Amino acid sequence: MSAYAGDVAALARKDLLLELRSRDTLPAMLLFVVSALTIFHFALPSGSSERAETGLLWIAIVFTALLGLTRAFAAEREQGLLDGLVLAPCDRSAIWLGKTIGVTLFLVLAEIVALPAFALFFHSLSWELVAAVALADIGIAAIGTLLAAIAAASRARELMLPLMFLPLAIPVVIGGVGASIAANPGTFLAFLGLYDGVFAILSWASFEYVITE
Amino acid sequence: MIVGYALAFYWAPEDADQGFSQKIFYLHVPIALTAYASFGWGAWKALRLLWTGDRRYDLESYTAVHMGIIFGLLTLVTGSIWAKISWGEWWTWGERQLVLFLILFLFYSSYFMLRYSTDPGPRRERNSAVYALFGVVLIPVSFLAVRIAGTILHPTVFTHEGANLPWQMLVCFLVCLGGMLALAATLYRVELAGKRASVSLKELRELLA
Repeated sequence: MSAYAGDVAALARKDLLLELRSRDTLPAMLLFVVSALTIFHFALPSGSSERAETGLLWIAIVFTALLGLTRAFAAEREQGLLDGLVLAPCDRSAIWLGKTIGVTLFLVLAEIVALPAFALFFHSLSWELVAAVALADIGIAAIGTLLAAIAAASRARELMLPLMFLPLAIPVVIGGVGASIAANPGTFLAFLGLYDGVFAILSWASFEYVITE
Repeated sequence: MIVGYALAFYWAPEDADQGFSQKIFYLHVPIALTAYASFGWGAWKALRLLWTGDRRYDLESYTAVHMGIIFGLLTLVTGSIWAKISWGEWWTWGERQLVLFLILFLFYSSYFMLRYSTDPGPRRERNSAVYALFGVVLIPVSFLAVRIAGTILHPTVFTHEGANLPWQMLVCFLVCLGGMLALAATLYRVELAGKRASVSLKELRELLA
């Protein structure tokens, strides 16, 4: 098991190091989410409710995640690294876990910028909203990494990923918006946790079938 | 099945609230349950594919999902006709089953997009199988999501027919459900035979070319 954890840590570190050197995903995500928030300001007529603003924040989060996920396997594909990873003497699900940790970190970093920007542009944040965003990140990264691997095998990768991802993200948006505005956020937070658990286990178990040629 | 609908129209008592329009219940609900059954069957075949690596399960899973999406589309159509008659709206977000079917319809439409945009081969078979498995997990998760969203975000919840159906209605319903499942099974067999034939035809052509 400790060998497994070592593999996962090495793979996650590799992704972070690559990003640190090339800086081609995270700055794009940051720029995208701030531009999106700016557009939302003009899309909402003045006097719109805080509930509408919160809803738009969730749209921004989902689409920013999508932007990051499109790039998730870009380095591997361009350099032909995927075959090497698959041949490496480690459990294939470790590849998924390492990648998911990397994607989650990118998402968290993007939101460390996005949430204060949202508070600055629109209205202050509740702790339920922050907790819901954190839980949603895990679920989005878990499913998104698996779907990105599936999409990488198809011809129209950039097109396939959003098509597959958005229907699966509907429960995340329901849970997130509910936790942010409903009177009983606990139910929605618990639902997000359940979603994370169910889909993380399913993605972890099925990744091996997706990645092998 | 025809017997079932004859029974439904002439024998079952009319619903006190909804009158004659309630008859669409015998069409809409069996179609919805058949769609669930098809998606479940497709996921079961997908699991068998991943488990055994036997390639013939790929076509079976694909055909089952194909049936599922046809019946899912019919569910949306009959459901919105029912909504129009009962509530005067073609589409209402308060009706949970319809919202759930819309999510599933979007999800499984992407299944077809995935199949069309991936080159045939073992990779496509496994990817579609994994995706079909995700679908069958998405059904209860979305059901739960739509349910909690329905209670809080959309306070008006429509309820129709409790579990307390008169026994004539129940008999009619079960006959209709049985008929619909038989129809789906027949279509599944015909479609599967057709798809198998076209695959072997393609293989023969490649051998000759």
